[in-house]
Amino acid sequence: MPNYSWPPMSTRAVMGKSPKRQDGLEKASGRAKYNSDLNKPGMLFTALLHSPYAHARVRSIDTSAAEKLQGVTAVRVMAAAGAEVNWQSQEVAVVAATSEAVARDAVRLIKVDWEVLPHMVKEDDLGKVGNRAKPAGEQVTGDPDKAFKEADVVLDGSYGMPVLTHCCLEPHGQVVEWKGDVVNFWPSTQTVSNVGGDLAKNLELPATQVKVHQDHVGGGFGSKFAADRWGIEGARLSKASGGRPVKVFLDRAAELNIAGNRPSAYAKIKIAAKKDGTITAWDSVSWATGGMGGGGMPPIPYVYTNIPNKRLNHTAVATNGGPLRAWRAPNHPQASYLTCSALEDLAAKLGMDPMVLFAKNVQYAAEARRETYLYQLKKAAELSEWSKLWHRRGDSGSGPVKRGLGIGICTWQGAGHASNCKATIHSDGSVEVELGSQDLGTGTRTIIGQVAAETLGLPLEAVKVKIGDNSYPVSGSSGGSTTVGGVSSSTRIATVNVLEKLFEKVAPSLNSTADKLEARGGKIQVKGDATKSLTWAAACKKLGVQSISDNGTNDQRNPRGLNTAGVAGIQVADVSVDVETGVVKMNRMVAVQDCGLIVNPKLAESQVLGACIMSVCGALMEERVMDAMTGRVLNPEMEFYKLAGIADIGNIVVHMDIREENDKRGIVGLGEPPTVGGVAAIANAVANAIGVRVPSVPLTPDRVLAALEEKRS
Amino acid sequence: MSKHHDELVEKSPRQSASGESGFSRRGFLRTTGATTSAIGTTALLTEDEAIAAQGAGMGPGAVPITLNINGKDQKLTVEPRVTLLDACRNNLDLTGAKRVCDRGTCGACTMIMNGKVVYACTVLAIDAQGKKIQTIEGLAAEGKYHPISQAFVNQDAQQCGYCTPGFVMASKGFLDRNPNPTEEQVLKGLGGNLCRCGTYMGVRKAVLEASKVMKGGKNA
Amino acid sequence: MQAFEYASPSTLKEAIGMLSSKWGEVDVLAGGTDLLSLMKEYTHTPKKVVNIKGIKELGGITKSGAGLKIGATVTLDELVSNATIKSEYPSLLEAAMGVSSPQIRNMGTVGGDLCQRPRCWYFRQGFGILGQDKNGTSLVPKGENRFHALFPQAPAYYVNASSLAPALIALGAKVQVAGPNGNREVAVADLFVIPKSNSGRELSLAANEIVTSITVPSARGVKNATYEVRQKQALDWPITTASVALKMKGSTVSSASIILGHVGPTPVQAKAAESMLNGKSLTPDLAAEVGKAAAQGAQPLNGTAYKAQLVRTAVKRALLEALKQRA
Repeated sequence: MPNYSWPPMSTRAVMGKSPKRQDGLEKASGRAKYNSDLNKPGMLFTALLHSPYAHARVRSIDTSAAEKLQGVTAVRVMAAAGAEVNWQSQEVAVVAATSEAVARDAVRLIKVDWEVLPHMVKEDDLGKVGNRAKPAGEQVTGDPDKAFKEADVVLDGSYGMPVLTHCCLEPHGQVVEWKGDVVNFWPSTQTVSNVGGDLAKNLELPATQVKVHQDHVGGGFGSKFAADRWGIEGARLSKASGGRPVKVFLDRAAELNIAGNRPSAYAKIKIAAKKDGTITAWDSVSWATGGMGGGGMPPIPYVYTNIPNKRLNHTAVATNGGPLRAWRAPNHPQASYLTCSALEDLAAKLGMDPMVLFAKNVQYAAEARRETYLYQLKKAAELSEWSKLWHRRGDSGSGPVKRGLGIGICTWQGAGHASNCKATIHSDGSVEVELGSQDLGTGTRTIIGQVAAETLGLPLEAVKVKIGDNSYPVSGSSGGSTTVGGVSSSTRIATVNVLEKLFEKVAPSLNSTADKLEARGGKIQVKGDATKSLTWAAACKKLGVQSISDNGTNDQRNPRGLNTAGVAGIQVADVSVDVETGVVKMNRMVAVQDCGLIVNPKLAESQVLGACIMSVCGALMEERVMDAMTGRVLNPEMEFYKLAGIADIGNIVVHMDIREENDKRGIVGLGEPPTVGGVAAIANAVANAIGVRVPSVPLTPDRVLAALEEKRS
Repeated sequence: MSKHHDELVEKSPRQSASGESGFSRRGFLRTTGATTSAIGTTALLTEDEAIAAQGAGMGPGAVPITLNINGKDQKLTVEPRVTLLDACRNNLDLTGAKRVCDRGTCGACTMIMNGKVVYACTVLAIDAQGKKIQTIEGLAAEGKYHPISQAFVNQDAQQCGYCTPGFVMASKGFLDRNPNPTEEQVLKGLGGNLCRCGTYMGVRKAVLEASKVMKGGKNA
Repeated sequence: MQAFEYASPSTLKEAIGMLSSKWGEVDVLAGGTDLLSLMKEYTHTPKKVVNIKGIKELGGITKSGAGLKIGATVTLDELVSNATIKSEYPSLLEAAMGVSSPQIRNMGTVGGDLCQRPRCWYFRQGFGILGQDKNGTSLVPKGENRFHALFPQAPAYYVNASSLAPALIALGAKVQVAGPNGNREVAVADLFVIPKSNSGRELSLAANEIVTSITVPSARGVKNATYEVRQKQALDWPITTASVALKMKGSTVSSASIILGHVGPTPVQAKAAESMLNGKSLTPDLAAEVGKAAAQGAQPLNGTAYKAQLVRTAVKRALLEALKQRA
């Protein structure tokens, strides 16, 4: 049985280093082809007709004028007569034509007779949602009533966070060609190995008939797992157009309206505590929406799950909005925001330093993470100059600009997904590894190459990484921060296996046996005797005309210690609030991130930086604005669906906890955990700065000023 | 209008749309209006000449236009409503610039026109005639990379990379005018571009690195 | 975008001849930063688009008497690069730099900034300039109006979107307009009107008129400043702007002009606040008092009360900024 364990930290030559992103130059030179960039010979363009209403029934639909328009090759109705649409912008029909302009003209010729039905799109006030409320039932642990009665202090707070959209810069969509019994599918996807099966099922074809290829994807954040209704219709349009390739990519408004969103989260939270800050009970009434399916309960109380007495009531609210999709750490940012806000408010009420209160209650966190949180709180305090800069809530000087600090907390699982890798060594010394995986910008390509190179004792450049095609061995979807763990493990196993085969071939020429060989520094050598060696090229020559291949599988039930689950993290935000304008400025964000084995520290740091910036957007400006009367999303664009720009983020300090003892755990996913605590940290910092809780995010000038006004009166 | 232009009109996408079968690669090129030889037979119209030629009104159907992109004249046939971005992406296969917001907000489509950064999604292709247009494809010769692109890689200033070409072009336009910027100036100078993955920390460093490498733009 | 005929005339006369006397049929294209979006949303569906950037006489910044004449197609970038603007008109410089995207500054024109249409999201979604439903009731007062008016003029609740108008009005600028019946001149303040209907226009121009230039009186001896409240430092719409111009007599203010932007369907002149400054020496305390006065008379919508605070702050800070100037 070969030894698949990671080589010791101290001996690694490629892993643990930070070679540059392997597809970096391709992307930064504009030469990388995303599937939305494809111009296939004979390709048709499309336009979608969307529902103008949030809730309506199609009485009749007439596409004849559209069909007659010169240049139109096919029209597909997606909401036929009698169909009910449940959100504004839901797809009604799609047109394929020889140019975008013709497709759009054609869509405007489609006549729909609508029966408009009542809608409900706002959930911020639970008292006003009527029969759209779907209570999930009460969950009680211990004796909360008694605990509240006996409490030294009771905190009573209200917190809210609106629906966000993924706003992937590359919109959802695909180029698709259904020719004969084969479908060529070029989607923008987070799941190269699985999306073809999804399409095939919907087209009632064998999965083997769908060929998927994707070199790059322009953002997904959890929203790009499906073949999507427009992908399925795109395939049908292709078939109806004689098998010509069809390009369907959503426009920006549709991207924000129908391609997924993160559910909202609102809660009224009561916490019972002792004078010393020890929490004794939790009571929450929470609600959320993510469209007609409502929204599930975020995992509250977050991290502090073992509070002994709890009462939880959650209500899903069905609203006529586009349906939710997984959004980078589903429900965790909401849970962290709700929980940490209440904890910060409790600390303020007790006149305590929240660092102390957060630490004191770590006793209620999962046992495996307690020490980590205590360590991280200390580290975050140090990096944020907490002892120098923190002050009691509102005690922030006389000028109009108030500075404040706040804490957010995170946890995540992130074990590697199921992944298969095929590694091949050719007799000319070249090496290929193939996985049906994808690189969302996390650096998957680079990391796979590093693992393979490390195993084979080669430089990174010597390994050709092939991903992005479903003809390669099946590898998991990139969701749940599972990719690096999954692909690294399968690549490790495959490359160890294929190296074993090479050892068998070359052992005789080194007068040794396979079990005594190692691959290091571009050589195959006898362990402990570097004088007995062959260069990599010479070794591979022994293969003659044959190539050797082997496979590796990351078995989630037995990851062989190569990857594992469970990380913790602390974020501290440092903000300045201009109380005369309500404008919040980021000074600094500190992210202390627990991790396992880090394959590429630079890429890992980039993940954390990006996560912090996403948190700045969510905390300060990002919000899907719904109109109660018309049922429409009022800001399905990028001016008023605001994202932070380069000058809006302050400075960000990342501390990755790269240590031998963490390294021993193997790889743990990192894409999601650092997105969790940032909104909480910023909201708490603002409360600390201005002396009052702004009851909902994003912390826009109107909300900040309203909270200050409320405080004054 | 020259005879040459008339020929191009006949090859416009609208006019050839009825052609259902026989879509060869060659046919594709023809119907999307891209010419196989990038350098046109007529010299680049000056801006004034271009304007004079359009004074009387063109369209609404497809009309022949000439765009000077990356130093080469490109002839294509588009309707007046087609944006510079869409003409580049759909007709010329210049897909480095991305269509993201399509409303002049996010900067993913940034190109340089007559030396200044613009949102190509918000420029009509027909209005870009007679101007010198630089796209990211024109920053470096094949097989070579511009120092700004290299700096973006060195500083890991990209993740999904979809905003990156726009940022690189915005940085180019910025550094051309501010060869030795402070970080503060970088923050102001790139206020017209957005990233969703959150790569701004790297972008800041990349632009500063590129400014040093380019030594005041001399090596650009 | 609906298909349109495109023309790029080289003379003003030609251009005017191409326009229609009816709104909606022909649109004038300059920077395009607003028009293209309006056309993509089908909010504007012109049959013809007339590009005026090729008309030489509409460009350039020249001395005009004691002041400046700014051509309508001068870009914001040209404006902020102009030495006189930099030295003499800090309020205009600040207002133009507030458009914090270099791309927009390179494309957008001074004329276009004045003539751009409101950003009201009901208007942009096709509910008309007054944001009305089928029954003629405005959706704005009961809807989502956080970016709308603090000083509405029913039935108009949107806010004027111009970045430059407050500064230009405070400086006493005038707009030169050309049409089929010749040229005329209006104060920038009089360029903006309340639309007569949901399909009406918010400019006092006729459909076949073109803004040709803007003349700004000399600002020598006039302290002038703009303070803009914007949430983002990157490209973002201002939430409230105050522009001030103070004619000085020694260290006292002989006359003051205070104009508020993004709080009403037209820029708002804060008359009561202005009069408080006459004959006074400007101090930080007085600036704060004047700021308070500027917010008086507000009739906030349910989501715009916070803008009163922004007006107080913006006016105070603009005045304090002006105070720093030597003039």
